[in-house]
Amino acid sequence: MNVRKSLLLSPYFSPLNEFVMLQIALFLAVLALTGWFAYRGYARVWQNIHLGKPEPTEGNRAARWRNVLLVAFGQQKMFKNWLPAVLHLFIYIAFLITQVELIEILVDGLTGAHRFFAPYLKGFYTFVISFIEVLSVLAFVATVAFLARRNLLKVPRFWKPEMKGWPFRDANYILIGEIILIVGIFTMNGADTVLQSRGVEHYVKTGSFAVSQWLGPALFDSLSTPVLIVVERFGWWLHILTVFGFLCYLPYSKHLHILLAFPNTWYARQTPRGEMSNMPEVQKEVRILMGLEQPDANAATNELPVFGANDVFSLSWKNILQAYSCTECGRCTAACPANITGKKLSPRKIVMAVRDRAEEVGAAIAAGRQSRDAYDDGKSLFDYISPEELHACTTCNACVEACPVLINPLEVILQMRRYEILTQGAGPSDWLPLFNAIENNGAAWAMNEPRDAWRN
Amino acid sequence: MLAKTMAEMQAEGQTPEILFWVGCAGSYDARAQKVTRALCEILNHAGISFAILGQEERCTGDPARRAGNEFLFQMMAMMNIETLNLYGVRKIVTACPHCFNTLKNEYPALGGQYEVVHHTQLLQELIQSGKIKLKEGGVFQGKRITYHDSCYLGRANDVYEAPRALLEALDADLVEMKRSRKNGLCCGAGGAQMWKEDEPGDKRINIERIEEALETEPQAIAANCPFCITMLQDGLKAKEKNEHIMVYDLSEMILQSL
Repeated sequence: MNVRKSLLLSPYFSPLNEFVMLQIALFLAVLALTGWFAYRGYARVWQNIHLGKPEPTEGNRAARWRNVLLVAFGQQKMFKNWLPAVLHLFIYIAFLITQVELIEILVDGLTGAHRFFAPYLKGFYTFVISFIEVLSVLAFVATVAFLARRNLLKVPRFWKPEMKGWPFRDANYILIGEIILIVGIFTMNGADTVLQSRGVEHYVKTGSFAVSQWLGPALFDSLSTPVLIVVERFGWWLHILTVFGFLCYLPYSKHLHILLAFPNTWYARQTPRGEMSNMPEVQKEVRILMGLEQPDANAATNELPVFGANDVFSLSWKNILQAYSCTECGRCTAACPANITGKKLSPRKIVMAVRDRAEEVGAAIAAGRQSRDAYDDGKSLFDYISPEELHACTTCNACVEACPVLINPLEVILQMRRYEILTQGAGPSDWLPLFNAIENNGAAWAMNEPRDAWRN
Repeated sequence: MLAKTMAEMQAEGQTPEILFWVGCAGSYDARAQKVTRALCEILNHAGISFAILGQEERCTGDPARRAGNEFLFQMMAMMNIETLNLYGVRKIVTACPHCFNTLKNEYPALGGQYEVVHHTQLLQELIQSGKIKLKEGGVFQGKRITYHDSCYLGRANDVYEAPRALLEALDADLVEMKRSRKNGLCCGAGGAQMWKEDEPGDKRINIERIEEALETEPQAIAANCPFCITMLQDGLKAKEKNEHIMVYDLSEMILQSL
């Protein structure tokens, strides 16, 4: 469709006066800046995710779609705990539906039109904006409740050691940003309602919006029309600048889960939770050792193989995608038997450590201080995660079950345990008798009696 | 004799329909041995033709693998698979959820393909098919019993209903703990914790779990895993309740009601 032409034909299209021209120019500048910053942010996350090892995606596509639809889109796992689930749902639906309004904001911003779709959609337009307004009120209530839960009620999972500093502030910034966004929407719609009632030119009739029809007059009736126009424009700009700000902020925030939850649920493992990934390289070595296979003639290298994971390079790229999908809600940690009983292990911290290390490594490579192929900054994931944490895990899968976006903290723990035992030759000394008994007696305890003595 | 080995049966020219995988705990742990014997008695009672590997059985490698020792796991798995395949084993039952998980989910990638069931699943099947009949007014009828989901039968393999069906068949009054089924709390033994001291903390995991179990004011606690049984019993001992409340494996409860 020729937008330009239809705009000129539109009876609501006002002449391009200086005020409008200035706004279009500003909008274009802000849009370009947003595009640039957003691109940089998301490209960085993309590159950091791909620091991990390639891992093919196997299994059932139908099951993957089901995960995306039920778990990510439908928030199925949030409903283990209904109160935060309902509050979260308000914000989520408001966010989804507000995207519709954004289309209009973009059109208006680029053309200088005002509520471009109103004359075309008529009653339906009134309905859609009213729907957004009702959801925005619900989202406002939810956001205030979340701020209170976090800061006043001090829900324990938000006050674990790993939540100090940036994670604490990040969560509050997002919630405050949401409140600013909602304030912008109601300032814009409320002022618009009053301007429409005064028959001010350019402010097309939209029908009465569910909330603004009374909120607008209640707040703004006393203001003069020129002031009101400024207030309306302020609301409009506040709204769109907050949205653009969010877009640029997301790749630096735990809030990135709103986007990555979808690919993350798609790529989530389909195998039974109890199944640990096989290590074909170890399998081969053992088969050679047992005389079941011949060693490759030309496989002689002096390099010691690295087993398990000690850094983002030796994890799967999916583990890093998961780390960037984490919104630090701490449901995993609240379900972890080790954490509940005061051990240092917190599955959320494990996931956050993977992301933070990916950030550190990615930044060093991007700045040219390190190369990807010969990366060595003298650090590893073990600088973020201590053996004590790894050793406290009971592999019970409670954290995996708890995660609303199908992150698997256990995989990282087990990969690091493998590194510790197989590559470093370290690990808890308590396990030595276990290993010796298995190796020498084929049993988990060193026993003198035969294995079937219970028969007698 | 409670059970014959594969080798003994083979010598007699017999092929059992199912292999009973006893596991290390079932073989050596005094408490778990009782469960092993109970299951054998039930299988004999039901006229099921089964055998054990006896001295040819080895640790599945589960604790080694979870500790991170993949070499040791692979060695055990290779040897066990060789033995199992040599006897042409098709179906396996085990009373240990860790063995169950490893045999069922991890051996196939290494060349060991078997139909693997946990004993609670087999017992449910035997009751349903009428091969075992529970007597009316059994010991557990109307008794207040709470059930502890083991991680490796529950979350790891999504088996929640078979054990509960057994409690229903026993006509017991099942009272669920706050954290049950998918949200069940670990006993503290998994991931090779059984073989090491706890990391520093405020409390032992089995104490946390037994407190939750005691909140249901049970007359007995039902479990499905030798390690859970040890942990829960230790918890009861710490709470000085071990003389009043028993921790049973479900097979023991079935045997008492035959």
